[in-house]
Amino acid sequence: MSERASVPTEEADAADEDSADEQAAVESGAEAVVAGLEAAGVELIFGVTGGAIMPVYDALYEHDSITHVTMAHEQGAAHAADAYGIVSGEPGVCMATSGPGATNLVTGLADANMDSDPMVALTGQVPTDFVGNDAFQETDTIGVTQPITKHNSFADDADLVGDEVGTAWALANEGRQGPTLVDLPKDVTQGETDRAPGSPRTPDTYQPPERADETVVQDAADAIAAAERPVILSGGGVIKGEAWDELSAFATEYGVPVITTMPALGSFPEDHDLALGMAGMHGTGYANLAISNTDLLVGIGTRFDDRLTGGIETFAPDAELVHVDVDPAEISKNIYADYPLIGDAAKVIRQLDQAMPGAPEAAAWRETCQRWKREYPLDYEMPEDEPLKPEYVVESFDEATPADTIVTTGVGQHQMWAALYWEYTEPRTWISSHGLGTMGYGVPSAIGAKMAAPDQEVVCFDGDGSFLMTGQEISVAVRENLDITVVILNNEAVGMVRQWQDGFYEGRRMASEYPWIPEFDKLAEAYGARGFRLEDQSEVEETIQAAREYDGPSVVDAIIDPGENVYPMVPSGGDNARFALNEAQLEGLE
Amino acid sequence: MTTGELPGPTPDERDLPAGRRNAQGIRIDPEAEAEHPPERAVLSALVEHQPGVLAEISGLFSRRQFNIESLTVGATIEDSMARMTIVIEEPRPGIDQAKKQLEKLIPVISVRELAGDAIQRELVIVKVDGHDPDKVNAITDMYDGTTLDAGPRTITVQITGDEQKIDDAIDAYAQFGIREIVRTGYAALARGEAPTAQVTQPNQAPTEAQVATQEVSDD
Repeated sequence: MSERASVPTEEADAADEDSADEQAAVESGAEAVVAGLEAAGVELIFGVTGGAIMPVYDALYEHDSITHVTMAHEQGAAHAADAYGIVSGEPGVCMATSGPGATNLVTGLADANMDSDPMVALTGQVPTDFVGNDAFQETDTIGVTQPITKHNSFADDADLVGDEVGTAWALANEGRQGPTLVDLPKDVTQGETDRAPGSPRTPDTYQPPERADETVVQDAADAIAAAERPVILSGGGVIKGEAWDELSAFATEYGVPVITTMPALGSFPEDHDLALGMAGMHGTGYANLAISNTDLLVGIGTRFDDRLTGGIETFAPDAELVHVDVDPAEISKNIYADYPLIGDAAKVIRQLDQAMPGAPEAAAWRETCQRWKREYPLDYEMPEDEPLKPEYVVESFDEATPADTIVTTGVGQHQMWAALYWEYTEPRTWISSHGLGTMGYGVPSAIGAKMAAPDQEVVCFDGDGSFLMTGQEISVAVRENLDITVVILNNEAVGMVRQWQDGFYEGRRMASEYPWIPEFDKLAEAYGARGFRLEDQSEVEETIQAAREYDGPSVVDAIIDPGENVYPMVPSGGDNARFALNEAQLEGLE
Repeated sequence: MTTGELPGPTPDERDLPAGRRNAQGIRIDPEAEAEHPPERAVLSALVEHQPGVLAEISGLFSRRQFNIESLTVGATIEDSMARMTIVIEEPRPGIDQAKKQLEKLIPVISVRELAGDAIQRELVIVKVDGHDPDKVNAITDMYDGTTLDAGPRTITVQITGDEQKIDDAIDAYAQFGIREIVRTGYAALARGEAPTAQVTQPNQAPTEAQVATQEVSDD
């Protein structure tokens, strides 16, 4: 939850009046929508226009305070808004028309919902008199998006629509963040109103918990202090709740090793002695051994997804769980919480700190973790004159770029290499599709990230399969002159599926290999970007330099060793402690 | 790029922890019973009285695979609010999860699980063959029912009560041949002074009592 989001205060009320004065010129529902966005401080909208949403676009014509970025496809608009929200910490906004416009947003909404990313979607709708009659470009957007939004609403009153947009923004932002949607029928946006919306606020009945129960906090603190093998599992909530400083201070003060989930990469600096990296299916060996052997696990802002836990039966089987989360529905959903701490991550960590009777005696445990780091380092072989290794490409980009460089990805093998072989030291520098696993997330999210943080470098690691899904958004990066670098780790296959087919389907590679794919460097040039083709280890350095120096979007088509697979690996539903480091070990697990 | 100087044991050679968890993610204590048989629970929810709320709530139960026995909804004395009574049958962790997921929906104002002694009533309308009206009337009297319609071929009656009474009445009518039946599902209120689900506790974290319930279920 962002600091700016809070229960209404006197200041907010004062601002409320100010904004009402400024926006006295509202004449229509559409203008009220725009005024509602302005009152929320929205400066940017990613969208695609169309019939039913035209009144809102028309209202934007008059407003210089809000920039609109036309995306190639509504899915791109949703992912760009999603990434904008992650990087800025406040909801990104996307907009589309009714029917196909709205349904094209669906993947992006589901993605944001799974990863608790703050986002607001505004969709046009046919006029209310036509709703239910299967009118042209009519879809039941509320029905379709209900299960994949934090909240959605159908605006049926021009007088209320401005405030409704503000409420959607506030709900997306406060408590556990997530996507919200307001469906805007054309007669409502065209309808007359002179009612200017106030500053955004959540309904009175929405009260996200702040501080955890003191008694449970004390019990949890005592349990941490008494533990012999404590581990902190930092989840995406640490970043969403802006609790990284508190986490770092707590772990350092009490000497507790820290594992991150994938969405939490960057929440704890990976160059820290106590950092064990990411756990789970493709987690590091040392993180998976630590999480399997811990006797006290402090999970913060994590929902214990199956890709993290592997088989529930063998997940941290000897550990008591201290579970910190702002959403009560996550407590004991997948893993039973012995100490449920419901509240804001930063505040609860401070509460725990104050309640700690002392540091746990965990020197031997820390030494064991260090030994595991030496026993199971992230490793790959790179003989000379052999095809390019994706890990080397990722590491080389990491070395060449500043620490605050933002990485975005699609989904698949390239995503795992980018997660494992880049050293994340700052929050909000890792932008990916975790829960939903949306191929094609990379390019549009790079656009959203760059627009949220124009002064930071943005590198998108994409797969050839992922790029084929949303690569057309490069045209937007060219138009907006965004200085981003897209690196396609090209193995001419849907590599992760192929890896599974080789591992679990006797090598029957059905539909996972591309017999022919475009030359991505030329495709990039056709869009107006700079294209590079990278095939040899010796060219890596100069290609990175040239791509970074080019002032605009560049696409590096890196032809990688098609035989390279992602390890370590825990098979689906497996025991994290029995991760495989190579194909032979994976076969032995079956 | 790094090179492993100290290659660790292979998966089969590693020392593995001995503990285990059950399907609910609860550590199994071999001494204790880890099974959670399904229980019946009555949840009462105050919700915003607006279009789409019923769809949102029934959708939640369906997509999260909670087993609904009945769901009723009706107006309250506040125009802006409706009350839903939901009977579910789930193992204890599932009941707690259903409550928390319900509370999380924005239009849901408050949720409470009613105690076993709560007042629960269901109404059933039964249409039976009318060839033996005296016997039908006798059974209707026995169950404090009301005859709603009587014709030469069918008699339609209404019975109100708890689950057991209604099931018994239906069994009794079965001898005449039941042509059609409709049940309303449960309406329930907490007994005595205790409020059933009130506005002053919106979308809050589980109370200590709820956490305690969780602990009880672990024993």
